[in-house]
Amino acid sequence: MHDEKTLRQHNVTNEEYALIQSLIGHDPNLTELGIFSAMWSEHCSYKSSKVYLKQLPTRAKNVVQGPGENAGIIDIGDGQVVVFKIESHNHPSFIEPFQGAATGVGGILRDIFTMGARPIALMDSLRFGPLDNARNRSVMEGVVSGISSYGNSIGVPTVGGEVVFDECYSLNPLVNVFCLGLADKDKLFFAKTEDVGNAVLYVGAKTGRDGIHGASMASQEFGEDVEVKRPNVQVGDPFKEKLLLEACLEVMARRIIVGIQDMGAAGLTCSTTEMPAKSGQGVDIDLDQVPQREKGMTPYEILLSESQERMLIACRPDQVKAVQAAFAKWDLDAVEIGKVTGDGQLKCRFHGELVVDIPVGAVVDLCPAYHRPLAEPAKGNAAAADVAEPADLGGAFKALLSSPTIANKEWVYRQYDHMVLVNTMVLPGAGAAVLRIKGSKKALAMTLDGNGLYTQLEPRAGGKIAVAEACRNLACVGARPIGVTNCLNFGNPEKPGVMGQFKEAVEGMSEACRAFDIAVTGGNVSFYNETEGVPIFPTPVLGIVGLVEDTDTVVGPGFKDEGDRILLVGETKDELGGTEYLKVVHGREDGEAPSIDLARERAVHEVVLDAIESGWVKSAHDPSDGGLAVCAAECAFHSEGRLGCEIDLDGAGPAERTDARLFGESQSRILITASRENAVLIAGMAAERGVPASVVGKVGGDLIKFSRRGKAVVEIPVAAAREMWMSAIPDFFAKK
Amino acid sequence: MKIGVVLFPGSNCDFDTIHAFKEVLGKPTVPLWHKDHDLQGVDAVILPGGFSYGDYLRSGAIARFSPLMQEVREFAAKGRPVLGICNGFQVLLELELLPGAMLRNKNLKFLCRHVSIKVENEKTRFTRKARKGQVLNIPIAHFDGNYYAPPETLKAIEDGGQVAFRYCEPDGSLSEASNVNGSLHSIAGLINKAGNVCGLMPHPERASEKILGSEDGRFILESLVESL
Amino acid sequence: MKVRILVSFKDSVLDPQGQTVRNALHTLGYDAVQDLRQGKVFEVELAGVDRAAAEKLVPEMASKVLANPIIEKYTWSVIED
Repeated sequence: MHDEKTLRQHNVTNEEYALIQSLIGHDPNLTELGIFSAMWSEHCSYKSSKVYLKQLPTRAKNVVQGPGENAGIIDIGDGQVVVFKIESHNHPSFIEPFQGAATGVGGILRDIFTMGARPIALMDSLRFGPLDNARNRSVMEGVVSGISSYGNSIGVPTVGGEVVFDECYSLNPLVNVFCLGLADKDKLFFAKTEDVGNAVLYVGAKTGRDGIHGASMASQEFGEDVEVKRPNVQVGDPFKEKLLLEACLEVMARRIIVGIQDMGAAGLTCSTTEMPAKSGQGVDIDLDQVPQREKGMTPYEILLSESQERMLIACRPDQVKAVQAAFAKWDLDAVEIGKVTGDGQLKCRFHGELVVDIPVGAVVDLCPAYHRPLAEPAKGNAAAADVAEPADLGGAFKALLSSPTIANKEWVYRQYDHMVLVNTMVLPGAGAAVLRIKGSKKALAMTLDGNGLYTQLEPRAGGKIAVAEACRNLACVGARPIGVTNCLNFGNPEKPGVMGQFKEAVEGMSEACRAFDIAVTGGNVSFYNETEGVPIFPTPVLGIVGLVEDTDTVVGPGFKDEGDRILLVGETKDELGGTEYLKVVHGREDGEAPSIDLARERAVHEVVLDAIESGWVKSAHDPSDGGLAVCAAECAFHSEGRLGCEIDLDGAGPAERTDARLFGESQSRILITASRENAVLIAGMAAERGVPASVVGKVGGDLIKFSRRGKAVVEIPVAAAREMWMSAIPDFFAKK
Repeated sequence: MKIGVVLFPGSNCDFDTIHAFKEVLGKPTVPLWHKDHDLQGVDAVILPGGFSYGDYLRSGAIARFSPLMQEVREFAAKGRPVLGICNGFQVLLELELLPGAMLRNKNLKFLCRHVSIKVENEKTRFTRKARKGQVLNIPIAHFDGNYYAPPETLKAIEDGGQVAFRYCEPDGSLSEASNVNGSLHSIAGLINKAGNVCGLMPHPERASEKILGSEDGRFILESLVESL
Repeated sequence: MKVRILVSFKDSVLDPQGQTVRNALHTLGYDAVQDLRQGKVFEVELAGVDRAAAEKLVPEMASKVLANPIIEKYTWSVIED
């Protein structure tokens, strides 16, 4: 029996301990307790979140694999599938930004290639504290170079993502990493062991004492002799991972293995329990055979180490030699560490002694699910509607263009190789990345989106808007959404208010996914994002993948030709709550989140998609942070000829306030351009479907100009505006 | 005609390069494994971009000791064409098949972007389809592309017409800003004295299809193919 | 025997990393820092090698592999016999 302190150090409650005793039929020894502690942790078991995650739609015709595997899989036709997932690496990235972010990239890549898919794209959703703080700058610098170092080296392009700044992320940055791979449908692999007698092989880097969380706290149990340095920060080795990637894809293509899983969170423990559990089997592991980087490691440490770049493989006994030869080609060892057994137990031997003997099913499937206490989350109010409209709207516009959340992110994405693998059609900076699929006319589009402040003000709306905006980004490039992964970053789930936010945000996401007929195929929940009792804004980040049937139809955000008409599909309301404008210009983060009508949202996308597919649209971009004004400016900045625009703010929607028309973040709007003739066709098509769409201006000149009631309210040369937008982020780093 | 692309552990533009020669230009192209001693009778050898051996010692430093490099040296010594792209260029420098060395970019950051480069010497087998002074729009993606050579070497390179490409403004003029990584004399690509070994930091294989935003890389790839 | 090999840029070669570190130290008020060069350290364990053999072996490894003589120089010392 372990004392109270040991249980607390392992985050195991007395009730959970009693359950463990009854499930395994004996008092767990320390190693066994460590196994349950890791596998029943919030991170691995989803014990606080699973009762709500169940509501998310996970089935659709195109779903090949939903939640529960390393990554989700969606059928894209022609015998091909996409495999994708998003994961958080928030806490490690705050402790050690470079390695934290780098190993986040390494981990998500393994999730994808363990399924037999070649990773072809990475994206990152990053949130930091304001850049006027040196510590925030150094976290951002470290995170970006960590991502850059790992992704660039392994040769998977980082094609997009988002970077958002807010005070609430100062001591709790968010690093959410997304990866997508492409595979043939008949060449997928899963985490399973299959038959009794199969060999269990360990491949990749050696095991060290990195990332043993429970262990480092319970270290006094091990005695003085092993009390050597225990670095908690894992260090990534992209070169090793590149070799592992090529070797794994090779043995999978040759079908000389039966199952494979990476050793991510909870390391060897996770893979040696989940793989046999999926096949209804057990495994018998000889820990002395596990390749070790450090001397004197205990069974506890070997089983719970989170050393990077490691995989577990199951293969038939007659395949072992061929697998080893394939790995040797890439200078990697494949070491047989055990056998698949029929008793459903995880048995581990160490120096000839049986040190672990527990049922894998209990570890993997029987962690209790909690209905944690809920409370109505605090919400925004209508107060923001009363702010005074500034006299100098031009000044407000400039302030927004220089706000790091809105400003150009070239400082970030130029550090990422975003072109390797020669598929990238739409470069970073647009709302969605687009990659052609070699050998076909099709293309994949992908985007990451979330808005913490909206979710803080109204969790349900925040959840819906995250889905809607991601789909809108896809519509802007001409892609229809096909599947969803999400990363839910929240505070402490033991606080009823946080749990209330979580519940409502998940309900909002569920409703929105249903409205778009798309399924969630997996993702990640990151709780406990708080520092000194103050949680971050609840920040659900959605990764949505879309498909383009014909690469010729893809459009970008940049204005194309002088004289083109600018149409706003959708309408602007007096909505200022939660906007970047309210924050930057008025210094407030309150109000009500923008309203959203999902049926209208989808109708707007359909109009734009049909117009794009008809070849009528020359550019498309959606107003988000900074509203219509920033959206139009970005279209000018992205245009090759740096074409300006003149926009009349009077049309398109019921908003009374000019600042709301310029900077409000009303949902369900897309700004598109088309020739004069096609603009008429688009407006007509929209009218037939009851979707508001009207010509609001014209492309041309070298000014960005907005007028209201015949009077110019904002007028600034494209070049000057672009300079502010381009230099805002680099200036922070040059200043120090 | 057959083109060979060397696969080092850590190469990551190997299949992009094969794609460009094989699918885009329609020329027979084979991968060459670094541990072999067999060039499979190819007519040109390409050392592709990437992070061979993780670039852990110095960029390209360990790849130079790969078994196949012995054959590549002999191949080059016979006057047969060798093209090094990005990491491949760094390997050629380490192999001393081209003079000089690479330092970290002047801003100390990895840099991935389209750049303009000017064809300085159009009389080589790698540039013959371009005009002298022609500006090509081709992407770069590297950490160590800041070209360095001691003054006397640099002088010899310039005097011998060994500068193949220089970073420039879109109009062809040279400037501090257009010399994105800080290279001496804005050098983006070199050719050896004999004219059969060429290395450049920009990636022509990433600019060989309209769908990728530029086809200017084809001037280089097609020049080589035409010369075979 | 254990030897330590230090590789750094030649004095004639610009060392932007070293300059950046020096500037950072200045910003933090370490004004005494005059110059700073950044380099790499290799600690190599040699087996079956005496000092005389090491005198031959180490410079060979350093000049052939560990340092690029065009831009780098090296020094070395025995740290454990």
